[in-house]
Formats: sequence, structure tokens, C-alpha cells
Amino acid sequence: MQEIVMPTNNQGMALLCLLVPILPLLGFILNGLGNRKLAKGLVSMIGCGTVLASFLISIYLFLDFTANGSQAYLVDYYNWISAGDMRIGFSFMIDQLTLLMMLMVTGIGFFIHLYSAGYMSHDENFGKFFAFINLFMFSMLLLVMGSNYVMMFVGWEGVGLCSYLLIGFWNKNTNYNNAAKKAFVMNRIGDLGFLLGIFLIFITFGSVSYPEVFAEAARFTGGIDSNIMIAITLLLFVGAMGKSAQIPLFTWLPDAMAGPTPVSALIHAATMVTAGIYMVLRSNVLYVLAPTTLEVIAIVGVATAVLAATIGLAQNDIKKILAYSTVSQLGYMFLALGVMAFSSSIFHVLTHAFFKALLFLGAGSVIHAMSNEQDIRYMGGLRKYLPITFLTFLIGTLAIAGIPPFAGFFSKDELLAHVWEHNKVLWGLGMLASFMTSFYMFRLVFLTFFGTFRGTESQKHHLHESPISMTLPLIVLAILSTVGGFLGIPAVFGENMHVLQNYLAPIYGYAQVANAAAVAPLHIDHATEWMLMGLSVGVAVIAALIAYVMYVSKKTVPVAEGERLSPLHNLIYNKYYIDELYDTIIVRPLMWMSSAFHRFLDVIVVDGIVNGFGKMVMQSGRSLRYAQSGAIGFYIMVMVFSIVLILFLNFFIG
Amino acid sequence: MITALLLFWPALAALLVLLIKGQGAKKVAFVAALVEFALSLFALSGFNAENGGTQLALNFPWIESAGISFSIGMDGISILMVLLTTFLVPLIVLSSFKHDYKNPNVFYALILFMQTGLIGVFVAMDAFLFYFMWEVALIPIYFIAAVWGGENRIKVTFKFFVYTIFGSLFMLAAFVYLYLQTPGIHSSDVNAFYQLALSSGEQSWIFWFLFIAFAIKMPVFPFHTWQPDTYTESPTQATMLLSGIMLKMGIYGVIRWLLPIVPMGVSQWDELVLILAIIGIVYGSIIAIRQRDLKRLVAYSSIAHVGLIAAGIFTLNEQGLQGGVIQMLSHGINVVGLFFIIDIIFSRTNTREITSLGGITQNAKALSIFFMILLLGSVALPLTNGFVGEFLLLSGVFQYNYIYGAVAGLTIILGAVYMLRMFQGVMFGTKSEATESFTDLTMNEMAVLIPLVIMVFWIGLFPNTFLSISEPAVINLLSIINR
Amino acid sequence: MNNIPEVIRTIPLEYYLYFSAALFVIGVIGVLTRRNAIIIFMCVELMLNAVNVLLTALASYRGDANAQVFVFFIMAVAAAEVCVGLAIIVMTYRNIRSTDVQLLNYLKW
Repeated sequence: MQEIVMPTNNQGMALLCLLVPILPLLGFILNGLGNRKLAKGLVSMIGCGTVLASFLISIYLFLDFTANGSQAYLVDYYNWISAGDMRIGFSFMIDQLTLLMMLMVTGIGFFIHLYSAGYMSHDENFGKFFAFINLFMFSMLLLVMGSNYVMMFVGWEGVGLCSYLLIGFWNKNTNYNNAAKKAFVMNRIGDLGFLLGIFLIFITFGSVSYPEVFAEAARFTGGIDSNIMIAITLLLFVGAMGKSAQIPLFTWLPDAMAGPTPVSALIHAATMVTAGIYMVLRSNVLYVLAPTTLEVIAIVGVATAVLAATIGLAQNDIKKILAYSTVSQLGYMFLALGVMAFSSSIFHVLTHAFFKALLFLGAGSVIHAMSNEQDIRYMGGLRKYLPITFLTFLIGTLAIAGIPPFAGFFSKDELLAHVWEHNKVLWGLGMLASFMTSFYMFRLVFLTFFGTFRGTESQKHHLHESPISMTLPLIVLAILSTVGGFLGIPAVFGENMHVLQNYLAPIYGYAQVANAAAVAPLHIDHATEWMLMGLSVGVAVIAALIAYVMYVSKKTVPVAEGERLSPLHNLIYNKYYIDELYDTIIVRPLMWMSSAFHRFLDVIVVDGIVNGFGKMVMQSGRSLRYAQSGAIGFYIMVMVFSIVLILFLNFFIG
Repeated sequence: MITALLLFWPALAALLVLLIKGQGAKKVAFVAALVEFALSLFALSGFNAENGGTQLALNFPWIESAGISFSIGMDGISILMVLLTTFLVPLIVLSSFKHDYKNPNVFYALILFMQTGLIGVFVAMDAFLFYFMWEVALIPIYFIAAVWGGENRIKVTFKFFVYTIFGSLFMLAAFVYLYLQTPGIHSSDVNAFYQLALSSGEQSWIFWFLFIAFAIKMPVFPFHTWQPDTYTESPTQATMLLSGIMLKMGIYGVIRWLLPIVPMGVSQWDELVLILAIIGIVYGSIIAIRQRDLKRLVAYSSIAHVGLIAAGIFTLNEQGLQGGVIQMLSHGINVVGLFFIIDIIFSRTNTREITSLGGITQNAKALSIFFMILLLGSVALPLTNGFVGEFLLLSGVFQYNYIYGAVAGLTIILGAVYMLRMFQGVMFGTKSEATESFTDLTMNEMAVLIPLVIMVFWIGLFPNTFLSISEPAVINLLSIINR
Repeated sequence: MNNIPEVIRTIPLEYYLYFSAALFVIGVIGVLTRRNAIIIFMCVELMLNAVNVLLTALASYRGDANAQVFVFFIMAVAAAEVCVGLAIIVMTYRNIRSTDVQLLNYLKW
């Protein structure tokens, strides 16, 4: 078991750790204040440079970490909030998982920044874009580096804000703004769950700091599946649902494609949406104490994977297809978490970051070339015009479809092997989603890059390969998508070749103590493993072939808008009407309640009672004035009788 | 001595301002308010934050034969409230520079005079002085709202005035009763009240007498109906004074004059008060969603925020109370900022209707940034001031009762809904007729917003600066409550 | 001839009580029933004098002169009252050609 995380007194190290998130923050401030004033070259220099510097520092920290015996450490900067027995430090924890996430975030982040410098070059708010995307890097780094749940929450909300700002980047468009608002609000629903989870953690363990919470949890005496652990883990998972777009909080992610494409690649595919997986993985010790929650996670994950994949089958917007594919892949990751294949899950996060960022950037390149056309019905034959984009996009597709030896094959195969061992039904559903993934991705490729061009003449005239700043990230990500899988070579090819699993083993130290059975390694014989591998590749290839026959041989093109669809097709095309359902059962009643509360309850009932008191006073005044008759005799009579009455009472009672 | 100076300087300055003819009055008032701020900083420098008791105290007999003394002093909670007041008043005065009100000397004299009342409430350590100052603060704001306000001002401010006076009458009755219970020649000193041994039956009704007064001022649901109308009809400076500082009087009153005096009464009724407060959170938030008038929207959001503060302090745990104190500061800053931004928009477009605004961000980048920051503070985004308060408050409520905590937490979601809806309607989208030629912030407006935004981040990043000042006082208070 | 207190004491105290009570009630009834301001005024005087009688009688029986002082006070006040009251009545008469108090109801709602 890994020892308790050591605080570090190394000032230099502390400064370096701080620089990783602070540099992008600096970029945010400079670019934000200098929007439109700074030259575009300088803006991209600042924007990319700060992230590159963070990336290099992260590499240094990683090397330093491994060179010094992989001892996790805590860097405490100052006491942020303290009230009563609650102390929340502004501090970072550096361990294997953090470093992995830091490298992934800053590395992919840097290439996407580079890409943005080309992609956004025609936008008037170039500086603002870089400011926001730098702020995102800052928040995401806080999220992964924070040493307690509140710090994670800081980053968590921060990335939500950046997501909001970037989805609504072109804020003259009301639809985009609505999408941005929807994303933020849906995320906040999750955030509330997360926040309540934090409170419950604090009440249960008396701290929110990871080392203390995990150590306490490892000593937890309530047993496996105690109510409190189920409550904590479910609440945290609600947070993950919002951020990682799981059922029922997934509808914001496809809408989030309103943002510029690099944003979709960075935030809504590679990094932010995987924060939920990071959180569950970080809290693995809590989750192994609550297997019931893990069951829920697995079911939600597989349901999301299948549902999103079916919707993906019928979409025609290139980014929407990728968005549903992201939701589906996130479902896979949660499925892996649910079956306690923690390392497989983060492995898939990593490979997914490579190939999905690649696919989005490729899609961006296509959109760029097509003068902002996103509908694949008007594309076709683009491989002649965009050779680099085509090739890299194809690699991404092969990777996501799970064709060996590309990255997705390794991670998906490992993940499904774990699911197989855990539950055959879930495995079957996982394979179904895998089949559909392969189909819609190849459909996308065939419709976009094969056949003949179906767009307008002016679009055809304008078609061009993207500039080097955009193709370079594509190439780098394509290489990563190709070789990334070798981080986790399955046991059939050699024992102990799974670099990633070996590297991450220490973070399960506490979980091992808490519930050793849960984190036992995979026991699966090689024959079964070969069979599973064969099946998953076979399914992917068959799906690809079907897509080829449909869209290349038969040259089918999805029907145009407004034409009749079969009922099932219509249902899928309209995303099962889930948005409409939410609108009917949540949004409209809320709006109705708002009006009703205001017009009826507030103005008529509550204020009516208050005004009623006032009216009562006025009314009694109005009635009592009649006693003021002006007849002196009456006054005197009342006076005399009153005096007599008082005397009388005094005599008999007093 | 410094406390007395803090208390009387604004009143003296008010007399001075009254003598000045023309628009020069606003400058003098601003300088006077700045001097007051400097005085409060000086007081802070002489304040020992380790000590939970009353400091910088001054006590001399006022009505000797009745045991009523002029007793003032500050503990950690008081000094934070005083600092909030002295910080906000200069900004409120500065924010009015672009308006040329009629009779400026009277207008600014009333603001300064009100400051004396507000500070008096926060430093009074004698029940009758407290009551006196409570009413002193009310009179100037009534005139500001009733003379310089909007169309329905007379009706609305009259209601506000009568409603609050009605509440304070109950407070006076309770104070008189408590005073008569003190031994020997009676005393109305706060510590004498703390030492009373009242039966739980007495505490129960005294609780309600005091609570009604404070609840109307805060305001807590269902005593809130004066508030949206008054905020909407008052001139913006009055709205700022009311929402930024005056409603803190109610919360402060609960902390100082309710919880420690009738702890048994509190333990009988806290459940009900929490439920009311939490209803207020959800109710205010939901109503805010569909408001069309910006001022009214922020007014309803204020009901929600104050509901959370009230819920937090009635949990009687340290997180809840500390969260309440820090959230009072944050809410004061955010709400003053938001009302100022609404005023800026109104003064340029002559409308506060969300539907007739839009696209302002295209013309006014600086305004968008400030608006966004204040809004984020208001929706409690981490690293802004609102988060610290809401986090501690929700944590306190959650520890009190899980369900209440979860329901109160809806403010996180609903707050985002109404605030973002407002921001989108006003700032994003296409320009409307009213916002066609919108101009960005002037230097004067920047000068108001910059200090506010600095405080948003200061409290957000380093809340311990303030939490450490109030902590000993809160601990002291809790020890009195749990005696 | 004995001194005055002794003369007063020749009549039993109860008679004084009955007498002054009767006088007082006559005054009250007069005030309540009559509408002429002057008569009401006279009835008021009657009530005052009822009290005076009682005070004088009790002073004699108890041998305490303090009560007599009150009688003088009452007489002085009554005299002052007559000055002001009659003046008001005269003024009212000049204005409305009547001393009927029922007509003076301007002060009602």
C-alpha cells in the first residue's frame, strides 16, 4: 500500500507546480485585457506559449516524480477557507493520476491551441477566444491538481464557466446562447449533487482533503455497501453525470457543438467531459466501498453508450455525429468504472482524447474548407481536396472503431474484456454500441470523403487543405492515435507489458485495503481473450463493410430535410424527443410556476394578506368614525356611563 | 472613542452637506464618506482580532435613573458590518455622480445621516440605543425613496415604512419586557439581556416578537412583499442602501439580539424558521426566473440569497454562522454592483425591460466584463466571493438536516437559470432599438466598479482575511447561546 | 350660638350624602337631557355645588379644614369657568341665534 501522501517543503517544486495552472491564467488576463488591442500573432504566441510552458513543466514534474521513487506529494499554498473544524487548503496533490491528467490536458491542449491559431484567425474576437480557452486550461488544471474535493469543485465549476463562455462565443446568435445556458444549467444540476457529496464526505470523514479522506475511508468500519457510502458515491456520480454527459443529463453536449470546433475538440471531447471519470477514479476507494453505486454506474454507462450510438446513426451534422459518439464513448468509460476496470477506463480516456480530438479537429478542417458547412449531405469526395485531413481523419475513425493496431482497439478491447468477466449482458450491449460506433463513423467518412462532391459550386471552388498550424496538430494526434494503444498491451502479448496499469497501480492502494476483492486483477484465460478480441474486431469490420456497401457502392445519401422518414428513423433522427420531453416536464412547469408564484401567490396571496392588514385598519377607522357623531349629549352620556361602569366594576371586582 | 467618532462623523458631515448649495454637495459628501472609510480602517488597525468580546467600547450613562446607557463597541461581527457600510457608502455616493438630483444637499445629507443610523445599529450595545438607531436609519431612507423615487413611490414607500415600523414595535415591546426582567435598577445593556434566565415559555413569545421585526427587515418569506416594489421604485442609490446594507441590519439583529437572548426560544422554533427561509430561497429564485424588470429580478434574487443566510445562521453551527457573516459582505458587494450596472443600463437606454434590451456586449466590452464578474459572484462561482459564503452556509444547513441542505442547494441551479437568462437577454443577441448606440463605461463608473470587483476576488480568494476577524466573535456568541 | 361646624353637625352626615348625591344626579340628568347650553351650564354648576356641600359636611365632621380649601378652589375655578363658558355661549348665540347644543355638531366626522 502506498504511504500517506507526504507534504513537500521544496519551495522550488511548489513554485513549479503553481506555475502550471498560473501560466494559462496569465495568458487569460493578458489576452482578455488585450483583446483587439494586441496583434493576432502576439495573442497566439501568448495563448500557445503559456500552455506549452505548462506542458513542459508538467513533463519535468513527471520526470522528477518518477526519478524520485514515485512518491505522491502534497503542495500546500495557503489556508483558503477555514470555519470551525472545516479547513480547506489551497493546495495541490501530485500523484500518478494527476500527472497523467496534467500531461494529457496540457499536451492535447497545446496542440489544440496551435490549431486554433489557424482556425480562428479570421475571427474579430481572436483575443477573447484565446483568453477563454486559456482560462479553461487554468480551471482544468486546478480540477486535476487540487488536493481536496473543494479544489476539484473549483476547477469543476471553472471549466463549466469556460464551457458556457465558449459555447456562446458567437453570442449574437440566440440558439448558441441557449445552448450555452443549457450546458451551464445542466452542469449545475450535477454540481449540486457533487457539492452535497462533498458535504457528506466532510460529515463522514471530517475532512475534504484526499489523503485524509482516503486514509479514513480505508479504515472505514461501516462495511461494504453501507448507506452512507452509497449516498456519497451516488451524489458524486450525479456530479459526474452532469459534467460527463450521462443519462439523464447528456442533452447539453450535442448542443454544445455550437461553440467553435477547437472548443468542441478540447472541452467537449478530450478533457472537460472526462472530468467525471477522473473524479470517480480519484475517489476509487469510496466507490469500492459501494458496489451498488458501481452497478448503477455500469448500467447508466452502458445505457448512455447504446442510446447515444443509436442517435449517432441518423445524424447528418458532422459535429453532432462526433458529439453523440463522444457521449457514447463516455458511456463506455463509465461502464468500465462500473465493472471496476479503473485503469481500463482511464486508458480509454487517454486514447479517446487522442482520437476524438483528432476527429474534431479533422471535422474542423473540413468545415473550414467547406466555408462553415457542417451537413454531410452536402459534402462528398473531399479526400482529393483535403489529403492530410482525410488520412488523419481515417486514422481517427479506425481508432474509434477499434481496428488494431490503432489506440482505440487496445483500450476498448481491454474494457470489454473486463465487462465480459463481470456481466455478459452488459458486454453484449457494449458490443452492440461498438458495432454502431463503427457503422456511423464509417458512414461519416464515406459520406464526407468518398463519392462525388454534393455542395455548391462556390464551395467547390473554395475547397483547400488547411494551413500548417492546423494540419500539424492533426498529424501529431494521428500519430498518438496510432501508437497510443501500446501503453496498455494486453496480457496475451506478454505479461507486465501494460505500462499504464503498472504506472497507476499505486493509486488503488487505499482501495486495496478497503475492499481487496474489488480491485483484483483480471482473471481471464488467453483463449477467451483471443476470442473477445476477435469478436470486437469482427463486429467493427462488419459494420464498416455494411457502411461501405451502403454509402460507397450504392451511393446512398441521407434524405433531405422535410422528407418522410420511417417511424423508427424519425424517432432516432429526433433524438428520441428527449429535449422535447425535458421541455415539457421540467422547463415549462418551471416557467409556469414562476409566473404563477409571482402573479398569484406573491401578489395576490402573500401581499394580499399584508395589504389586508392595512385595509383592515382603514376599514375599522372608517367604521369607527360614525361614533364621532358631534352630538355633545351623546358624548357626555357615554362618558357618564363609562364612569359609572368603572366605579361599578371597581366596587364589585376590585 | 474611535467608535463614537465613526458613529457621529457622518451625522456631522450631513449637517455640513446640508449647507452647501448646488451640485457641489455630492463631492463634499463623497469626501466625507471617504473620511469615514479611513476612520473605519483606523478602527480596524486598533482592533484585536484574537478577542471575541466587545472592543473599542464607550459607555456613559444616558438615562441614568432608568439604567439606560449610551453603550457602543464592536466585536468581530460588528466591525465587519461597519466596514461593509463604510466601504459601500462612498461607492454609493460616487455612483450617483452622473445623476443631478433635485435638492442635492438634502439628498446627500440624508445618505450620510442614514450612515450614522446604520453604523449605530451595528455598534449599539444597549437595547434602547439599538432600537433608537434602528429607527434613525429608517427615516432618511424613507425620504430618499419617497422624494426622489419613481412613479408609485408614495404608495410603495409608505407601505415599506409602515411595515417595518410595525415590525419594530414588536421588537420594542420585547425589549421593554426584557428590560423589566433585569435585576436591581433595570438595565438595557446587551450583556444584561444575555444573562437573563427566562423560562422557555417567555423565550418562545419573545422569540417571535424579535423575529418578526428582523424578518421584515431582511426580509424572510413571507414578510418580503414590501421589498420588490420598494427596490424597483426607489432611486438606485436608495436601492443600494436598502439591499446592500440595510437588510444586513435584520440579519445582524438576529445574530446579536435574538440568538443569544432567547436560545431556548430558538431551539423551539428554529425548524420552522429554517423551513420559511428555505421556502424563501426556492420561491424567490423561481419568481426571479420570469421577471422582466431588471431591478425586480435582482430584488427577488436577493430574497433567495437572504433566505440562505437566514437558514445558515439559524443552524447555530459555526460554518453556518461564519458563512452568514461572509455572505453578508459578499451579498452587499454583489447586489450593489448589480444594481449599479442596472442603473448604468437604465441611464443609457431608459428602460429596464429585458425584452427591449440586448446585444450590449457588442458595444460595451468593459461593462460586459464587470457585469459578468458580479454575476458570477452572485451565482457563487468558486474563487468569487459568493462561493465562500454559499459553500459554508449550505454546509451548515446540510449538517443541520440533509433534506433542507439539498433543497436549499437548489439555489445553485436556479440562480444560474435566472442570472444567465438576464445576462443573455441584456448583453447577448442582436442589438435592439434602445441599445443601438450604447456607450461603454465612463471613468466614474469604472471607479465604482473596480473596488467592488477587487472585493469580489479578494473575498473569493482570501476569505480568511475576514473569516478570521469574525471567528472569535462567532465562537463567543455560540458559547453564550449554548450556555 | 355655637360655631358653624357644630351647627353643621346637628344634621346627620347621611342626610348630607343623600342630599349631595341627589343634587349631583339632578345635575347629571340635566346635562344629559337638556339642549339649552345655559341650562346645561347651570347643571354643571349644580354638580360642582353638590360636591362642595359634601366636602363642607365631611370637613366639619372630621374636623379637618383641608377639604374646605378644596371648596374654595372649586368655587374659584367655577367662577373662571363661568366667565369663559358664558362668553362662548354668548358668541355662539350671536352666530347661530340659538343656544341649542345639538346644532353645534360641526366637529363630527
